[in-house]
Amino acid sequence: MELRKLTISQAHQGLLKKKFSALELTKAFLDRIKKVDKEISAYLTVTEKLALSQAKKIDDLISVGRNISVLAGIPLAVKDNILIEGIKLSCASKILEDYIAPYDATCIEKLKKLGAVILGKTNLDEFAMGSSTENSAFFPTKNPYDLTRVPGGTSGGSAAAVAADLCCYALGSDTGGSIRQPASFCGVVGLKPTYGAVSRYGLVAFASSLDQIGPITKTAEDAKIVFEAISGKDPKDSTSVESKTPNPKPQIPKLKIGVPKEYFIKGMDPEVEKVIKTAIKKFENLGAKIEKVSLAHTKYALATYYLITNSEASANLARYDGIKYGLSSSLSLSQGEGSNVKTLLDVYLQSRAEGFGDEVKRRIMLGTYALSAGYYDAYYLRAQRVRTLIKEDFDKAFQKVDIILTPTSPTPAFKIGEKIKDPLLMYLSDIFTVSPNLVGLPAVSIPVGFVGKLPVGLQIIGKPFEENKILKIGQVIAT
Amino acid sequence: MISKKDVQHIAKLARLGVTKKEEGKFRKELSSILDYFNLLKGVNVSRVEPTFHPAEHFLNRKLNITREDIEKPQKSEVKNELVEAAPQRKNRHIKVKAIFQ
Repeated sequence: MELRKLTISQAHQGLLKKKFSALELTKAFLDRIKKVDKEISAYLTVTEKLALSQAKKIDDLISVGRNISVLAGIPLAVKDNILIEGIKLSCASKILEDYIAPYDATCIEKLKKLGAVILGKTNLDEFAMGSSTENSAFFPTKNPYDLTRVPGGTSGGSAAAVAADLCCYALGSDTGGSIRQPASFCGVVGLKPTYGAVSRYGLVAFASSLDQIGPITKTAEDAKIVFEAISGKDPKDSTSVESKTPNPKPQIPKLKIGVPKEYFIKGMDPEVEKVIKTAIKKFENLGAKIEKVSLAHTKYALATYYLITNSEASANLARYDGIKYGLSSSLSLSQGEGSNVKTLLDVYLQSRAEGFGDEVKRRIMLGTYALSAGYYDAYYLRAQRVRTLIKEDFDKAFQKVDIILTPTSPTPAFKIGEKIKDPLLMYLSDIFTVSPNLVGLPAVSIPVGFVGKLPVGLQIIGKPFEENKILKIGQVIAT
Repeated sequence: MISKKDVQHIAKLARLGVTKKEEGKFRKELSSILDYFNLLKGVNVSRVEPTFHPAEHFLNRKLNITREDIEKPQKSEVKNELVEAAPQRKNRHIKVKAIFQ
């Protein structure tokens, strides 16, 4: 039995039946990371000591016959913008290079209580800004299906780690597709929960009205297990809620599926379109009713998304000032004679100039511009109004249908370097994933086929708090 | 197209040091992205209310949630860790450059 290939439920059964120990399972992944991650570069930090001690604890519990949770002893990887007490956190940015997290994010606290084993922290685009993980200040991550291609982003390290069996499952964060698009590129399952379903406490803030933490897993069933473990109301995040929405087992023959015509556009890879249409046809063959719906304001979603997220980011990233933590130019070696760091303002300007990469700088500046006097109404406020129109499109569509199906991304994984020089071209790879974040809806990417050797994901968008329903539906169609 | 002066102004507002060479690069990049954002000018929003909170409509409850205004004493280790994260310190204080000349 290859331990690294097991799903969460299979690994749990193995532990219960004592086919292997939690320590053996953990070591299998740690060994594989040592062997394979030189090529993939999914991890920024490997927490070997922590993982081994957590695994040993679970083995002790099993040996005395105690009940264990389904996640106990199961090794995971965590995106490096989620805090784990005592472990380095970088957000793949130089500005946080030597920062040690002083506390656990709520989702980490919950997983630790359930006995999870943490293997390490995964690579991302700096501050979760990007679509390819090439914006990491340290190194790009490679797509396990083709090492010359990107794994997607921003949770590219997490998606690549799951796809390459470098962990059993992973946590990511999703502001405009950062879980779903890399899941699609790497052929794994990625769930962005309903806004408010999972506490954001301990997630480094990018755009607070869109950010959500979610699972990246090998199967839809695993995603359900992880989602249920990390969701729920948290007094430390006032936007979190306890969902009371029932998620009865969906009956595919009774299902009404919406397919928005605006998501099958010119410029889309025809091979991707074919794979997605075949998946939709499969549902039809199972008896589901396919209905055309219109999300008329889709063409405005991307501009709306970037205006709102950049504005929120420009405020959220003001905290990196070279004073409280992280990189500071007040310490830099250029301090001596001729140093241009003399005043407090110099410390801000210099620390942020040295610490942030170009994409982060662009977004902070665009957000600052959109919020500045004279431009607020024309840019920021206008975007928030268009957001209402996008929401109304979804409200209308969901009066007619139960779920909406779209491609997760217009193309399969692209080449490393292909889009990095053109920021706008890079933004366009989020075109199908940003809308659910703008309106707070849950959405999952399910692997449904290949173009050549590259995986393709189907996006299933659900009604608020119907995560388990869309995951069950995804399970039916997954390849 | 925004001007170099605009870039300088935005960078200063954003507390970002930008070199002369970067000014030109950011001017071009920001301009092309702002051009794309102008797409929204074609939408009639005169009678549309903004949505600042995505979940407003389905959370079905008051949005402003505040905690009780009470002290929550923390262990001294936690406090020490937070202070120790600062790049420059003096005893248990965070050191900064002089604010007044």
